[in-house]
Amino acid sequence: MTTIFGVPTMALFGQILIGLINGSFYALLSLGLAVIFGMLNIINFAHGALYMLGAVTAYLLLNYAGIGYWPSLIIAPIVVGCIGIVIERVFLQWLYKLDHLYGLLLTFGLALIIEGVSRHYLGSAGLPYTLPQSLAGGHNLGFMFLPNYRAWVIAVSLVVCFGTWFVIERTKLGAYLRAATENPSLVRAFGINVPRMITLTYGFGVALAAFGGVMAAPIYNVSPNMGSELIIVVFAVVVIGGMGSILGAIVTGFGLGIIEGLTKVFFPEASATVIFVIMAIVLLVRPAGLFGRGT
Amino acid sequence: MKRLLGLAALAALLACGTAQAQQKQMDVKIGVLTDMASLYADDTGQGSVAAAKLAAEDFMKSHPNVKVEVVSADHQNKPDVGTGIAKQWIDVDHVDMITGVPTSSVALAVMQVVKEKNKALIDSGAGSSDITGSKCNANTVHWTYDTWMLANGTGKAIVKTGGDTWFFITADYAFGHALERDTAAVVEKNGGKVLGKVRVPINTSDFSSFLLQAQQSKAKIIGLANAGGDTINAIKQGAEFGIVAGGQKFAGLLIFAPDIQALGLKAAQGLMFTETFYWDMNDGTRAWTKRWDKERNAPGKVPSMNHAGVYAGTMAYLEAAVAVGSAKDGKAVVDKMKTMTFKDPLFGTTTVRVDGRGIHNAYLFEAKKPEESKYPGDLYKLRATIPADEAFRPLKDGGCPLVKG
Repeated sequence: MTTIFGVPTMALFGQILIGLINGSFYALLSLGLAVIFGMLNIINFAHGALYMLGAVTAYLLLNYAGIGYWPSLIIAPIVVGCIGIVIERVFLQWLYKLDHLYGLLLTFGLALIIEGVSRHYLGSAGLPYTLPQSLAGGHNLGFMFLPNYRAWVIAVSLVVCFGTWFVIERTKLGAYLRAATENPSLVRAFGINVPRMITLTYGFGVALAAFGGVMAAPIYNVSPNMGSELIIVVFAVVVIGGMGSILGAIVTGFGLGIIEGLTKVFFPEASATVIFVIMAIVLLVRPAGLFGRGT
Repeated sequence: MKRLLGLAALAALLACGTAQAQQKQMDVKIGVLTDMASLYADDTGQGSVAAAKLAAEDFMKSHPNVKVEVVSADHQNKPDVGTGIAKQWIDVDHVDMITGVPTSSVALAVMQVVKEKNKALIDSGAGSSDITGSKCNANTVHWTYDTWMLANGTGKAIVKTGGDTWFFITADYAFGHALERDTAAVVEKNGGKVLGKVRVPINTSDFSSFLLQAQQSKAKIIGLANAGGDTINAIKQGAEFGIVAGGQKFAGLLIFAPDIQALGLKAAQGLMFTETFYWDMNDGTRAWTKRWDKERNAPGKVPSMNHAGVYAGTMAYLEAAVAVGSAKDGKAVVDKMKTMTFKDPLFGTTTVRVDGRGIHNAYLFEAKKPEESKYPGDLYKLRATIPADEAFRPLKDGGCPLVKG
């Protein structure tokens, strides 16, 4: 058997694939963060909590309303997106003109409240969410056993990520959005309702997080901590990719997933820290991030 | 003569003082130091606080002259946070005894604090057998379970039923290392073989990479030397990767009832594990669980053995403190505990060994199949009872400096 640094190449393929799967979640979440930061200039620390709310909504829908995975994939992001819109209207809209720090503090506080309340009602050990029957099982690829659900995660997140990138960078709507962040008063002069557009953008970013939460529900435990466990890594991804850069968030999300996966083979003890080491290095060499436009 | 008179007077004064103390109110302050929000919070956390409060309530009812106060805090599974709180509790808030303290790295650090300040630690939640082994001290009692007991109970049973090749997925800190070491020793002693291991950072949400390594090792048994949320995630994701379908089996080396609840019996069925308490053992445990549920105020939850251990350990500590006459001298109270025999509805009879190990029966349980579960919380069937004198590591093997000879 051929080996690389003592690890069979076949095993390595498996690990790279698993890295890609984790990277899908990083990409989905960091994409929402990047959209919100790029358009609203808000560092949305509540993103992890809203991701968790997406999973919890799916859980509640299944167990109390009998609504399964597929409808949840649409309903949960809409429900959580509406919560996001309320948050934006009630709190965030007053903060755009202030320092980033205020938005960060507010969203951080919201995250603590959302998580605390969920922990009170749901406990922290997590709740089981059944895998949808149509995606159960898996295929033996020769070098690894790939569960169907994980394959589905990669496919969906690729589609969603590049769809979002396309809308924002390549369509008229995206052009309005980008223009509104550059110069809101000018865009308003053209008769476009900028505040509503910003509200909807926040709602969309939050809905993306909730969508990620529903995707995660069947494989990770639905637990109040699931967001805070992920959010730190996701922030590192956004910083490495370049704050506000959508393409950067996507590429870095997948890339770091792979690097983390490989670390789990060669030096598993460091797998929780490797992303932060990379972040430190990137910040030293390119302070604006890999895809960031320097300020 | 004058000197003798003086001494007599002093003696009389002291005697008077203790006589008065017995009639006067005795204050004891207990601190529950635990994981309130992270991966062990359901197995310890608020449930441990509820258990300590029940113990305080019960003890004050039978001893009206003793006033027990319970405080609590979150150590976040970080030794520095834990020792900081412990020091403040003892120095500023006059806490006499600390209980709970899951997470071995934190427990080992807090042990040093209570020793230095001569208070007591009645641990119910941490696992490392080093707490009563090479790192033991005279101010600590380890009540509920330890890694040697788990290895001896679960490891032996699994090797005997044919699971003779092992791969460990180990939580990368004091507890995981101790559990892996103790289990590997049992496996090898009983003729099994350890094929490999992987050390995983605590609180990992994705185990797929480690599961894949375990799968490729072709070991019959994948030993999970972790706990709480980590164990749940590993087993859940293992089902997805077809671990059990592929002929390998999980050995959850430390599993608590709330973990089984979180996994659901469909994923957990057939798991074998060792515990010292199960809520549905007898009328006594069921009655206590009813009260705990009310105090905990989280419908549908079942208590773990850690919760039971906080209750029983606190009751035992308070009895000893009353026998000593004061809770101020931690070592004196712990020394007293080691001479007493405790009876409670949760653990039956418990004695405390010179190394601080609480000794009681342990039980090998198996998680029920979904169709065998008759009512909510009906999770376990009893496979075997491990008598108290066999359940824990023999005193001489621990390497505890308190053990002479």
